Amino acid sequence: MSTDTTPRPADTLREGDTPAEAPPSGAARRIGGVSGWVDDRTGAAKPVGYLMKKVFPDHWSFMLGEIAMYSMIICLLTGAFLTFWFVPSAGHTVYDGSYVPLRGVSMSEAFASTLNISFDIKGGLIVRQIHHWAALLFIVALVVHMFRVFFTGAFRKPREINWVIGSVLALLAIIEGFAGYSLPDDLLSGTGLRAMAGFVQTAPVIGSYLVFAIFGGPFPGEMIIPRLYSAHVLLIPALLIGLFTAHIGLVFVQKHTQFPGPGRTNDNVVGYPVMPVYAAKAGGFFFIVFGVIAAISALVQINPVWAYGPYDPSPVTAGAQPDWYMGFADGALRLLPGWLEFEIFGFTLSLNIMPGALILLPLVYIVLGAYPFVERWVTGDDREHHLLDRPRNNPVRTGIGMAGITMYSVLLFASGNDIMAIKLGMSINDLTWFFRIGFFVLPPIAFWVTKRICLSLQRRDRDTVLHGRETGTIVRTPDGKYFERHDTEATPDQWLLVQHESVAPLEIEAAVDENGVARKVKRGDRRRARLSRFYFADAVNPVTPAELAAAQHHGSEHEAIEPSLVGGVRAIEAAETDEVDSGEPAGRR
Amino acid sequence: MNEQDPTHPGVEVAPTSQHGTAVSLDEGHVVGDGGLPQRFTNPGLPDHVARMADLDEGAARRAEKQVATLFGISIVGTLLFIVFYFAISLETTVFVPGIGVTSASNLALGITMAMGLLGIGFGAVHWAKTLMPDEEVVEERHPMRASDESRDRVVEQLRQGGTSSQITRRPMIKYTLGGALGLFAVPLVLQVAGSLGPMPQNSLSQTFWNGGPSGPGQDPTFTPLRLMRDPENTPVLAEDVTLGSVFHIMPEGLLPDAVTGEGGTPHLLEEKAKAAVLLIRLEEDLIQSQKQRDWGYFGIVAYSKICTHVGCPVGLYEQQTHHLLCPCHQSTFDVTQDCKVIFGPAKRALPQLQITVDDEGYLVSAAPFQEAVGPSFWERGSR
Repeated sequence: MSTDTTPRPADTLREGDTPAEAPPSGAARRIGGVSGWVDDRTGAAKPVGYLMKKVFPDHWSFMLGEIAMYSMIICLLTGAFLTFWFVPSAGHTVYDGSYVPLRGVSMSEAFASTLNISFDIKGGLIVRQIHHWAALLFIVALVVHMFRVFFTGAFRKPREINWVIGSVLALLAIIEGFAGYSLPDDLLSGTGLRAMAGFVQTAPVIGSYLVFAIFGGPFPGEMIIPRLYSAHVLLIPALLIGLFTAHIGLVFVQKHTQFPGPGRTNDNVVGYPVMPVYAAKAGGFFFIVFGVIAAISALVQINPVWAYGPYDPSPVTAGAQPDWYMGFADGALRLLPGWLEFEIFGFTLSLNIMPGALILLPLVYIVLGAYPFVERWVTGDDREHHLLDRPRNNPVRTGIGMAGITMYSVLLFASGNDIMAIKLGMSINDLTWFFRIGFFVLPPIAFWVTKRICLSLQRRDRDTVLHGRETGTIVRTPDGKYFERHDTEATPDQWLLVQHESVAPLEIEAAVDENGVARKVKRGDRRRARLSRFYFADAVNPVTPAELAAAQHHGSEHEAIEPSLVGGVRAIEAAETDEVDSGEPAGRR
Repeated sequence: MNEQDPTHPGVEVAPTSQHGTAVSLDEGHVVGDGGLPQRFTNPGLPDHVARMADLDEGAARRAEKQVATLFGISIVGTLLFIVFYFAISLETTVFVPGIGVTSASNLALGITMAMGLLGIGFGAVHWAKTLMPDEEVVEERHPMRASDESRDRVVEQLRQGGTSSQITRRPMIKYTLGGALGLFAVPLVLQVAGSLGPMPQNSLSQTFWNGGPSGPGQDPTFTPLRLMRDPENTPVLAEDVTLGSVFHIMPEGLLPDAVTGEGGTPHLLEEKAKAAVLLIRLEEDLIQSQKQRDWGYFGIVAYSKICTHVGCPVGLYEQQTHHLLCPCHQSTFDVTQDCKVIFGPAKRALPQLQITVDDEGYLVSAAPFQEAVGPSFWERGSR
């Protein structure tokens, strides 16, 4: 930090003076005293000191995980509040609270207490709304955080474990969300539970037993609300917090990844220390996230259960939809055609339901969790990676990611096909067919388009480096020719364009060795080579210094010859050699 | 001519002059390096650019005031929250343009809470960005892997532990311990899995139309039951069912009295979830199957309202096309074709309830459902 330009007041220090230390204030002494007391008993000074000077790199996309973390904390906080008034019981009661339209209506205690929180507890509605909005934001942030980690390759060694933990967290989060929005026992959530019972019932062989076990008897029964409650406030939160602690602990141990840039290498972390900068920024950001959620909750109504009424298995609201994170599974159910249900030897196998309802959810997270191991097998790369990839520099991975997102989005949008049909005035049948075909056709298109865009961006990066780096210095040679001077030193902003590694597909060893004897090629190796070609066959590699140097004097051999301090002789030499043995490969000289 | 020092790359170099043409953008490595390094070298951290507040005490003081103002806004927001908490009654509503009529208490409490939080948040971030040091710090990374000595030590300790506990020498202990640890959780799992719920028995295949309560273990004998309007709980005269009209129906004895709330079946929701029926009257010549006509009564037909997909109520009836649409996943059933599925994810037609009239002219069931209503399950066909 430079203060050179500030005129020096008369009372400041002269060069070489040591500043006088102000005696510690009373408060500081007290804090010091307490800290000393704790340290005497725990030895906490060492780890705390280490944590305080820990460095975190800065990038906007690193805040996505923070948003997820903070939303989760907000959910825990507001959720604890809600338990003070919510009655997790399907027991029968007649409503007599202050929401007039439902007075005298018989309903469950869960629904009545939700109405109570919304209408008779001061500030109850805002806490309920914050809880629901924070839950939605939690899963949005978590998903986008996952995108960031995927597209930048942050899941690579040594962070595969954390990626798997993150995938499990993502799955738990949506189960937690489902359990949560089912608790109020309103007509919409009850219909959701009805559908859930239907899914479970279709499980082969054990379906009907399973649904009776979950609901403690025939649907809906009185057990499901208390059971969902204990899952929602105890079991799943305990798992979430435990895994989250491991997740964040691993980030501390492994140190955060960073984007490439001048001065940033695979062996360092460049950023701000926890104390004070990162603590202020991250701590402040918690309040910003909380504040934004509070503002949304004040202004935008969410889940007005009083408008739906209590659950009753006979009526239903049109446009019934789950919260957004369950949408993809719901969409899959809407797209699966009915002919996938089969009768086999008198038994019913409902393949029109099971894939969307029971298989899709775990499958998505298994595929996600497995990806780092697949990529590592293909690349055979066993090094640690702490520098992030720019998404364009791994076009196939980015393409796979976009294809996955497209597939997910088709299902998500399909779960809104009824709303879309109404709002757009289209036939719901046509929309459903569009999504059915789109599920298979759009992901490959997304893959191809993304990959081409990535390759083009890489070519543009090369172009920028090869031709966009004139120094602006015009030099005249002794024989009167003019040329513009270039140098091969990458400027800080160009470093980003050339920093990544060259890649090439793995080659399998020839099927015949040098003596002409056939060699066994393992099938795994062949498959691996094929996949490696799929990933890297048309890779565009970064410009090398040699390529840059070559590019700078294309057209005329003499144009770029600028004698430098070291190369004064060399340049002339080069010019001479040129005349003598041009055409000889450069490497031979 | 390889005199260029590869440890100081990045200095100006003479080009390798072998290339007469421009480098293709797609080209990979150039063969040979002419003394050039394989890769560019990291130029190192850029110079720190001082901020206004670093250079100018006036700017720093301005930043201090801005931060203090933001923290002040937070204090004001929190104080207002306290005031509004007591001042605004829960019944008060307020009109907000763009939102409509909304709860004044919710709006005021939410906004003031947001003020209190955002003031702190923006204040802290602004403080960090303007006044706290913004020179980036470099921390070294080390490979995650522990040293070979540490790894060997762990292996050695494990080995010693195994030897000293004699587990390796005493296989009886090893195998019985394995067995005990493998089994100890069984009682816990069995307790939970075994006690969660009763066996379904016949209850998924029966409904209240079988003659009464149809829960697990209950086996009602068939008696004709009147079709009762839901929720009025009044019987339906055949002549009341005009062309194109739709009634939501429950079996007689299921619903409690609409006025007093007395009576009804004890497991009301469980029975409703299976017994719900839609009563529709079509022009008789629209009905395409003889079975459908026979099971109805002069064009009045009764179908299960529970979707054969995942069990949502099939709540939407389109009068013109005689289509029933399930709002959950858009399975579409054609009432003129015995409610067969004409679109969407359901496979099976909605089960038809055979009806007739009793001697007073009220519609009654003539037989229970001939198949399980609602979503499919594995043993559906065998019950």
